[in-house]
Amino acid sequence: MNFDLRYPIGIMFTVFGAILAVFGLTSGSSDIYQAHSLGININLIWGIVLLVFGLFMLALAVRASKKPGPPKK
Amino acid sequence: MQQIHLGGIDYTILVIYFGFVLGIGWVLKRYMKGSADFFLSGRSIPAWVTGLAFLSANLGAQEVIGMAASGAKYGIMTSHFYWVGAIPAMVFLAIFMMPFYYGSKARSVPEYLKLRFDEKTRGFNAISFAIMTVFSSGISMYALARLLEILLNWNFHFSIAISAIIVLIYIFLGGLTSAIYNEVLQFFMIVLGFTPLVILALKDVGGWHALKEKLIPVATSQGFAPGTWTDSWIHMNGALDNPMGVGWFGMIMGLGFVLSFGYWCTDFLVVQRAMAADSMSAARRTPLIAAIPKMLFPALVILPGMIAVAINFSSGNHFLPLAKDGTPDYNMTIPVMLIKYFPTGLLGLGFTALMASFMSGMAGNVTAFNTVWTYDIYQSYIAPGKSDTHYLWMGRWATVVGILISVGCAYAASAFNNIMDMLQLVFGFVNAPLFATFLLGMFWKRTTGHGAFFGLISGTIGAALFHGMALPQGATPGIKGGWIISIGEFAAIALFVWAVFLCIFGTSLIYVSRSENPGANGFRIKLGKLFVQILSPALAFCSIIALCHPNRGLLFHSEMGQNFWMAIVAWSTCFIVTILVSLATKRNKSDEELKGLVYSLTAKPKTENEPWYKQPVTLGILVLLATIVLNIIFW
Repeated sequence: MNFDLRYPIGIMFTVFGAILAVFGLTSGSSDIYQAHSLGININLIWGIVLLVFGLFMLALAVRASKKPGPPKK
Repeated sequence: MQQIHLGGIDYTILVIYFGFVLGIGWVLKRYMKGSADFFLSGRSIPAWVTGLAFLSANLGAQEVIGMAASGAKYGIMTSHFYWVGAIPAMVFLAIFMMPFYYGSKARSVPEYLKLRFDEKTRGFNAISFAIMTVFSSGISMYALARLLEILLNWNFHFSIAISAIIVLIYIFLGGLTSAIYNEVLQFFMIVLGFTPLVILALKDVGGWHALKEKLIPVATSQGFAPGTWTDSWIHMNGALDNPMGVGWFGMIMGLGFVLSFGYWCTDFLVVQRAMAADSMSAARRTPLIAAIPKMLFPALVILPGMIAVAINFSSGNHFLPLAKDGTPDYNMTIPVMLIKYFPTGLLGLGFTALMASFMSGMAGNVTAFNTVWTYDIYQSYIAPGKSDTHYLWMGRWATVVGILISVGCAYAASAFNNIMDMLQLVFGFVNAPLFATFLLGMFWKRTTGHGAFFGLISGTIGAALFHGMALPQGATPGIKGGWIISIGEFAAIALFVWAVFLCIFGTSLIYVSRSENPGANGFRIKLGKLFVQILSPALAFCSIIALCHPNRGLLFHSEMGQNFWMAIVAWSTCFIVTILVSLATKRNKSDEELKGLVYSLTAKPKTENEPWYKQPVTLGILVLLATIVLNIIFW
């Protein structure tokens, strides 16, 4: 099938990561982190993790699309 | 129960996720050209995708919510569902059974039964499976709507409608491929959405060793040894030593062998994912690729439950909400943990992951239903010989009807709770013996169609009778069991059923042999006479004696123990009856017809040319070794 699932996975988590990281940056001093996540700005940290994961998936998909595919049967 | 307040950012994440889900269905629509694309994904999906979907199809809400609840109720012993139950069964499926499923070109598990045995065995399996899947999908839908009602105060009807419509759209458009792709998406959502929960919660209680300390009073306050919540094997000598109420033998045989192998190796819901793989090698690697994350899942789903119960205990029962009977409502473990540890933002991600798991639970059942309905019921019994386009059309509409029935079931579940318990019980009876049929069918070419069919029926009856006389402690007779009051009555019924069975069986044996060859007096006639004239009256006599000796029913320490033993009884009954009937009936399939369906008549799949990490046997051994190490670490 001519559709690489790593594209939607990569795009989706890149978007989620960006949203969370930006939100984390702008809400850094907010007391939601004291109330919930032990004072850690988990939105920023996990946003970056998701961003890295999403970009990694995209990189894999792009690399695979540049390589000549296996011979069609 | 505290409610969740989702902010704008949380709703943004939720909407984006479901946008992707529907988008995948929409993109896949143009690939759906024939029924094989819709039901089998054209057998064109790479192994890593089918592997993660294989795992994810089972990662429905009952897994995430239920395993966390069990982690709280029973502690680390819950890991037996993974390290004793799932993993060995997945390795067995990959190495021994997948060559027959994939190699036979059967399009579904019931179709394999038809190729291997006969029409009636397939019919029995197809119909019970089809009913079961729409009901499970309905139960998932009901549970999701209830949870949204409690947590977000969403309208129950709105939640049912929205989840039904989303699942309907993406399956209607993209069929099995759409379900599989979304399951992979959901796998990453669950892993990436719950990992920060585990990290934060574990940090909050002070790490694994501090958690162990905190779980000691949880165990001792209920009268168990101090380490019961954190040792997986030490407290399994007797059923009374652990909160599960199960001993090691019942655990290994009932859960590890019968139930797990029965589920992972014969349930079309999961096997369908492997059947969609692009090659035999990929199909065999599918369960093994799934096994690797599956091994680590206890950290993601059981550990939060253990942490929650520790916090709950040290807070004096104020952390988890109380259920109607005054005990902590363990099913709320995951939602409560999400509310506690996730600030808005991450909360959206965690909550979306939870919703995604409910929906993929529904979607998995719906795709299994539309395939079995279209191929095994509609094409076989209602409208054979139509064009492929017609069956593709049927598959789409079976999806619509299947979801509508599921919606009906969701409302039935909200109105009459007992009906759902009852149905699940009956499905349990039907499922328990299945693995014996497959095992004999795949590894003993002498197994006949009659043998398989009557074995399955006897196993189902055996399960029902056993359930009738067993009762978990503290339960009232009825739906939980014990509806046959005494062992005497049970034995009387069981012996009487056997007497009737042997009588019919012996008579037909004599009749069939005579009609083939009048005046014959061979082995089969003698066997028939032995059954009719001696064994059957003897059993009938014993049944009368048994009726005169009533005593107490079998008492189990827990429902789980009762279930495990019921499975053992059903499996053994099916195994023995299948062998007996097969020996006495003529083979209905020749060696030629069984090629590719039975172990001894099938060429072993060649794997020498693959690198070691693609060899199923090598991978399987590595997976098993890692599982043994995990068992020892948490012994």
